[in-house]
Amino acid sequence: MILDGMVITIEVALLSLTIAVILGIAGASAKLSGSRIAYSISTLYTTLIRGIPDLVLMTLIFFGGQILINNLGDQFGWDYIDISPFIAGTATIGFIFGAYMTETFRGAILAIDRGQIEAAQAFGMSRLLLFVRITLPQMVRHALPGFGNNWMVLAKTTALVSVIGLHDMVYNANLAGGSTRQPFTFYLVVALLYLAITGISDLLLHWANRRFSIGIRQV
Amino acid sequence: MDFEVIINNLPLYLEGLWITLQLVVVSLVCGLFIAIPLGMLSAHRNYWIQFLPRLFIYCFRGTPLLVQMFLIYHGLGQFEAVRESLAWIILKEAYWCALIAFSLNTAAYTAEIIRGTIRQTPAGEIEVARSMGMSPLTQQRRIVLPSTFRRALPAYGNEVIFMLHGSALAGIITIVDLFGAAKIVNSRYFVPFESFITAGFFYLCVTFLIVGLFRLAENRWHAHLRPRQS
Repeated sequence: MILDGMVITIEVALLSLTIAVILGIAGASAKLSGSRIAYSISTLYTTLIRGIPDLVLMTLIFFGGQILINNLGDQFGWDYIDISPFIAGTATIGFIFGAYMTETFRGAILAIDRGQIEAAQAFGMSRLLLFVRITLPQMVRHALPGFGNNWMVLAKTTALVSVIGLHDMVYNANLAGGSTRQPFTFYLVVALLYLAITGISDLLLHWANRRFSIGIRQV
Repeated sequence: MDFEVIINNLPLYLEGLWITLQLVVVSLVCGLFIAIPLGMLSAHRNYWIQFLPRLFIYCFRGTPLLVQMFLIYHGLGQFEAVRESLAWIILKEAYWCALIAFSLNTAAYTAEIIRGTIRQTPAGEIEVARSMGMSPLTQQRRIVLPSTFRRALPAYGNEVIFMLHGSALAGIITIVDLFGAAKIVNSRYFVPFESFITAGFFYLCVTFLIVGLFRLAENRWHAHLRPRQS
């Protein structure tokens, strides 16, 4: 039962990570694009998200999103749409960490040697080609430590989806603990499983960090 | 947006804000007191001395705050020894359980910040202190710690904001903090936008206040790092 919950936890974590990375790249490009409107929108996004607790955002999107979508549905004549806790939770966590990723990626892109971008431009690369060939591969190395931190925080934030009723590890531990009157035992198991997730991620990130820093002189 | 609901429930929100501020400030103070010795021990060169503090830091940083809070609030009642002890007077109250969980959690994060900052103290400063004949304790007191507090300031500012955001979890275990107030308003009138956006607005204001205070503090204690004005 707890392990079933763990599968949900990991699903939520990985899916929301994907959303966060996409939003992060979009946000970072918007901040660095030079367009004032894109910059303001992206700055508003990161400031709002970093100022409001994740729990408040999640409940807002879960309860509010339901009403919003059905109001829209009334106008367009859709059927009643039920937002599942899974979608609300994943979307919220992805949306929140998109803001943190934006800052991480922005810093990583700025850390790339200016001369390389100029050289690529001199070769006549298009902006997309430049991003794929020059910016992206080097950005990964600079972004990895921040990315790792964000992932660790994200993995722990998934515990909040139990609050909006998704049957993740914490929710199931709550049920099992209540019916057996051994809540401590079950929460301890959940805590250990989270430690396992963060511990394994730590190892993987360490490995990735070494892999992407090949050819960089270590001081 | 129905502003009437918000205005009518403003007293509830302000009470919630007061509880949130209490929780955050008290747990930050308690957490800092635990974190300073913990950070110093975990930065120690001896493996055996740093082992236990680092285990504590690892466990509290590796698990969600929500689980830690549930472990203390729901979990401890499982043991009869706890229920019969004097501590149960405190441990059966949601408020104190949240406070204990928050204090331990922020202590672990702060200790890690202190550990990292102590380790980055320039080697030259310590060598000079040693060559002046300072004892290890005097070195810590006069050289390492003052510069650590100064350099740890920006990272600690982030931790304070995280603690503020984490304190919203108190609303889950029946405490009427800002989030708890929003939950009550939402369940009474079913107005998710009004109720949660109001709470979010208050949190945003407190976050800006914290950012401003830390900027002032950094201006004061990082004055020597500012670019020289010509």
